Amino acid sequence: MAKEEILLMKGNEAIAHAAIRCGCDGYFGYPITPQSEVLETLALEKPWETTGMVVLQAESEVASINMIYGAGSAGKRAMTSSSSPGVALMQEGIAYMAGAEIPGLIVNVQRGGPGLGTIQPSQSDYFQATRGGGNGDYNVIVLAPASVQEMADFVDVAFELSFKYRNPAMILSDGIIGQMMEKVILPPFKPRRTEDEVVRECPWAATGRRKDRKPNIITSLDLDSANMERTNLHLQEKYAEIREKEVRYETVMCEDAEYLMVAFGSAARIAQKALEICRAEGIKVGLLRPITLWPFPTKQIAEMGKRVKGILSVEINAGQMIDDIRLATLGSTPVEHYGRMGGMVPSPEEIVAALKEKIINQK
Amino acid sequence: MTKEEIIQPENLVYKKPTLMNDNPMHYCPGCSHGVVHKLVAEVIEEMNMEEKTIAISPVGCAVFAYNYLDVDWIEAAHGRAPALASAIKRLWPDRLVFTYQGDGDLACIGTAETIQALNRGEHIAIIFINNAIYGMTGGQMSPTTLMGMKTATCPYGRQADLHGLPLRITDIAASLDGTQYVTRQSVHTVAAIRRAKKAIRKAFENSMNGKGSSLVEIVSTCNAGWKMSPEKANQWMEENMFKQYPLGDLKDTSNE
Repeated sequence: MAKEEILLMKGNEAIAHAAIRCGCDGYFGYPITPQSEVLETLALEKPWETTGMVVLQAESEVASINMIYGAGSAGKRAMTSSSSPGVALMQEGIAYMAGAEIPGLIVNVQRGGPGLGTIQPSQSDYFQATRGGGNGDYNVIVLAPASVQEMADFVDVAFELSFKYRNPAMILSDGIIGQMMEKVILPPFKPRRTEDEVVRECPWAATGRRKDRKPNIITSLDLDSANMERTNLHLQEKYAEIREKEVRYETVMCEDAEYLMVAFGSAARIAQKALEICRAEGIKVGLLRPITLWPFPTKQIAEMGKRVKGILSVEINAGQMIDDIRLATLGSTPVEHYGRMGGMVPSPEEIVAALKEKIINQK
Repeated sequence: MTKEEIIQPENLVYKKPTLMNDNPMHYCPGCSHGVVHKLVAEVIEEMNMEEKTIAISPVGCAVFAYNYLDVDWIEAAHGRAPALASAIKRLWPDRLVFTYQGDGDLACIGTAETIQALNRGEHIAIIFINNAIYGMTGGQMSPTTLMGMKTATCPYGRQADLHGLPLRITDIAASLDGTQYVTRQSVHTVAAIRRAKKAIRKAFENSMNGKGSSLVEIVSTCNAGWKMSPEKANQWMEENMFKQYPLGDLKDTSNE
């Protein structure tokens, strides 16, 4: 077996290389800092000459998301990437995809807001990503990478989940993971599906009606309220199944932990350093890192909540995931938040200080 | 002669296109949509593209076009049909990909998607029904509403200072380097219907021959929205709509 090549690259570049390697049929995107390297890398790599992958710079994020809505409706593995203000523009298309049960991948390399905000990193789109974000009762599968390696690995994971459940999936990253360079082993090459494979594996898709079936109609519209409710109930059943089967998380030193930090993505990397500082001081702190933000590791956090003296939610925002932690623990233990905003990133020392002040030194 | 003796293949003078099913249409009597649907179905059949067509419907009166023509359809978000079509055609190059849009969808909320897809020279065809009003939502002003024309949101008539001026987006389309064929047709007489069908056929053939983008505007009536009888609406269209939106080819480089 050939030795796997270790490369050094940015998270955004890893996304692009992973897309080419995992059988992605099309990328449609619009430049925005801090994620433009995704489209730039794809343009440089010219995958249309190798795998046949289509790469198109769209006129807007509104167009990009509707391009992947169209591509997914026609059974193709399509993706887009953007950063916070651009992802805000995509919410219409994401809701249509959820309503019509269309797979597709959206990568959000978050920056601080609200509005135009800043180009510096943030995790302040947590609510938007995990609550649906657009109109209607729906959820998007959300994966939160904490390293360049996970940026590369999650592209295929997200596509697989997206097609398995016929639901849009999102990689919720941020400007830190997108811009920092780390070593990475790119995923092995997987060929794009042939047209016959697409037709066979996506019998629901609009690929051209063959005589042996009725027309496939992709729509989220139904003016009959009883039908529309049935559609919604079906979606809710699907979401319940995803909650049951697809929760992913990682724990660090939780076995003997008296205190728990919960953090995702880049905040989890910083929290891990804070954990090491605490452990060196003899403070028994553990870290739980949700990898799927939706579905959220509610059961695991509820379980930990019964064992620890308090939980600190470490987020690079004003406190969003803390709501899900409090809903999981239902008051069984104190839950507090520490975070920075506007592109400022908390240091490990700040987190340790916050942990002591808000959790350990209480009561 | 009995009825059975008359109904013989050699006596057939007209047949509904096979692609058109028997679902009762929601369109108002007198509306142009039904005629254009039939032409689209006929052209797809004549090109033998029944199994290779991916159609995109808009938001507006034609939102339910997928209920009447038995091809695969995708219902787009309002105005975004050309974005969907661009991606689909690039990913399925041997499919016939067309959008079917009204003036609110194409010339207002979807202006960016329309102009950008046309100017990229996507190998798609756009059928554009221009009846100068938002029909589905109950007759509001659209970007192509004529000056002085009364609608639910300009009940005293369209005025430049209050509402701005009517948009000739098809003229803009003709000025774009990415378009090959841009034409303005109507379906209010038998002769006009024949010309419109030829235009749709040319647009569809261009898209299959890799000849860039084509736009077929059909200046249409909305007799319910205009609050007229079908006959009066046709007459009013000839007298008023055709002045603002003159019929004919605006651009045709598809044979060059």
